[in-house]
Amino acid sequence: MKKTVNQKAWFFVLPVFLLVAFNAIIPLMTVVNFAFQETFGDNVFTWSGTLWFEQVLHSPRFHEALWRQIIFTSIILIIEIPLGLAIALAMPKKGPWVSVCLVLMALPLLIPWNVVGAMWNIFALPDIGLLGRTINGLGIDYNYTRQPGSAWFTMVLMDVWHWTSLVVLLCYAGLVSIPDAYYQAAKVDGAGRWAVFRYIQLPKLKHVLTIAILLRFMDSFMIYTEAVVLTGGGPGNSTTFLSIDLVKMALGQFDLGPAAAMSIIYFLIILFLSWLFYTLMMRNEEN
Amino acid sequence: MRLKSLVPAIYILFLLLPIYWLVNMSFKTTNEILGSFTLWPRTFTFENYVKIFTDPTWYNGYLNSLKYVIANTILSVSVALPAAYAFSRYRFIGDKHLFFWLLSNRMAPAAVFALPFFQLYSAVGLFDTPWAVALAHTLFNVPLAVWILEGFMSGVPKELDETAYVDGYSFPGFFFKIFVPTIAAGIGVACFFCFMFSWVELLLAKTLTSVAAKPIAATMTKTASSSGYELGLLAAAGTLTIIPGAFVIYFVRNYIAKGFALGRV
Repeated sequence: MKKTVNQKAWFFVLPVFLLVAFNAIIPLMTVVNFAFQETFGDNVFTWSGTLWFEQVLHSPRFHEALWRQIIFTSIILIIEIPLGLAIALAMPKKGPWVSVCLVLMALPLLIPWNVVGAMWNIFALPDIGLLGRTINGLGIDYNYTRQPGSAWFTMVLMDVWHWTSLVVLLCYAGLVSIPDAYYQAAKVDGAGRWAVFRYIQLPKLKHVLTIAILLRFMDSFMIYTEAVVLTGGGPGNSTTFLSIDLVKMALGQFDLGPAAAMSIIYFLIILFLSWLFYTLMMRNEEN
Repeated sequence: MRLKSLVPAIYILFLLLPIYWLVNMSFKTTNEILGSFTLWPRTFTFENYVKIFTDPTWYNGYLNSLKYVIANTILSVSVALPAAYAFSRYRFIGDKHLFFWLLSNRMAPAAVFALPFFQLYSAVGLFDTPWAVALAHTLFNVPLAVWILEGFMSGVPKELDETAYVDGYSFPGFFFKIFVPTIAAGIGVACFFCFMFSWVELLLAKTLTSVAAKPIAATMTKTASSSGYELGLLAAAGTLTIIPGAFVIYFVRNYIAKGFALGRV
């Protein structure tokens, strides 16, 4: 659509601008303030330069949390994106079952995150949880509060349970919007199932897949509540992801300087990776 | 073909199992939960639900949560409407930068903002009120609402605006009487997502409240840690938090597919 140039449009945007500025810029300035200064209370601040940044960037604690975060996000992306796509492809296109499927699949998305954590906590308990009991019944030693491996398995399974539906819904919406004419043309050409997927469905789904991957990347990189309720970052530090570590530092120990520096690094990593991914996908689309 | 419909069926079964277990727990007595492993409640009890509906700390938690979720949804969508209109119809200085700056707030981890928000809302005297949480949640809901609404509005041809002006409508008259009803589906989808993200968020809601405005999620985490093993009660509270979401999904199920189809989530 051709847009008219009109500077008065700023008046329409002003409420949003003010509201988000109040919420984003003032707190961000606080973070920046803490990141470059040192305080011993009483509102006395001294300039500390990049001390906190160097401290965070060189601390093994940050490296470990970042590393765990990257592994976790990679695992859930590798599982959720293909799985979501496969389920969307297998879903009925019309009929009464469509809305039943949609409603049931959207259910996990609307459960408060702490309840998701609590639900999996109960579900996976080795003695009274259905999942934990079943796994132990199969002869596999499983206890997510004691074994890091079990904790990781439960965490990944919980995230797959919680978020695969988002990928399914996005892909499904993308699939439904492909006009029938495309399929008829493919039929005339005698295209097989794979060819239809590769040359018709996949290119049409590129846009929604980009959104799905971006959203899942951002949200899994920020995972906090579900993980804290499920394992509290343990056993040991084995499931302490970046957000959990940050909250421990800022609200638990009140190490404001390092916490602020870490916040800024954390935010920049997400922004940079999202931007990188987005530009790469868009460049692909142009070619 | 049979085999194909098995895939969604198995997936839905997988989704429902943990929910079933939660509901199952909520109808059991504490003795049964801790003493035995049963696939359904042997001694069926409403005790846990009765406790929640009679104890003010519990039911107030639900009311507090609903208060800030509804306030946030109304606030986010009403400020996003004119902004989305401006983005979809006009070009102005800094429009693209502003749009991306708004979206970048969706990428900010709540953990980064928790402490500064606590200080900010204490300073302006809103700490421990539903307003603090409602305002704080606009950080990620307003950009989302603008994004969704802009998608729907761009789908409405500009001729609609021009015809209305020719017919003698003023701008507010046109906007509220013609334009808003035209994009009603989009407003529904935007409300749905604002409701959803505000309802499920806990970190900010917990940080910004202490007693008077404590959300249900915070009441739950406190129960989980303080009174030891009241799993039945916790399960009942969890089950009840699923219900508002389920209602909202049921009512907007036809709009959701449309909203997703625009790829604006």
